[in-house]
Amino acid sequence: MPNAEEIKQRIEAAIPGAKAEVEDWTGGGDHFRATVTAPVFQGRSRIAQHKLVYEVFGQEIGGRIHALSLKTRSPQ
Amino acid sequence: MSDTEHNQIRDAIQKAIDEHEVILFMKGTPEAPACGFSARTVAALQALQAEFAAVDILPDPRIRQELSTISQWPTIPQLFVKGELVGGCDIVVEMYESGELAQALGLEHDSASAPEPPAGEPQPLARGLTQVENRLG
Repeated sequence: MPNAEEIKQRIEAAIPGAKAEVEDWTGGGDHFRATVTAPVFQGRSRIAQHKLVYEVFGQEIGGRIHALSLKTRSPQ
Repeated sequence: MSDTEHNQIRDAIQKAIDEHEVILFMKGTPEAPACGFSARTVAALQALQAEFAAVDILPDPRIRQELSTISQWPTIPQLFVKGELVGGCDIVVEMYESGELAQALGLEHDSASAPEPPAGEPQPLARGLTQVENRLG
């Protein structure tokens, strides 16, 4: 069962300079909500930003991780 | 499953995207969404009184598979406007709240009289669903 800390660490390890806050939305270990801030998001569309995060998990999204709700931001 | 059948499904999905200015691929129907994320996306569109086509992806797992191949987007729902993927639930709701969704849909958006967003701060899925059902009711 994935947990919020694992998801946070994987996002931060895969995306340079990323800071992630992750919570288990339902407490069930399969619906997560993450807010991710990363310099690489600068100048990219929301679609492109979210795709960068989804790519960290590949096929796990929709499978092992039923849902990962995202908010993405560039650093101020 | 033959490649031909997969291609036929993919072609049908692409045709639907091309032929409808606003089309939502979702779990369930706008009247009876089968997932909280689909429900919130429908609620955002309905709050703007947007006209949209909806495709239920649940009856055939190949629809979702081929759709994600086309869009390179892993989750459902997926909203397309003028042939382009706009986003899933998170992006659509965020755009709704900022007024960008109305812009993208070519609808007037009077922020002073904007209805409550379909989903606010983090909350359990079940509560989000209840809100949507109230809205639909």
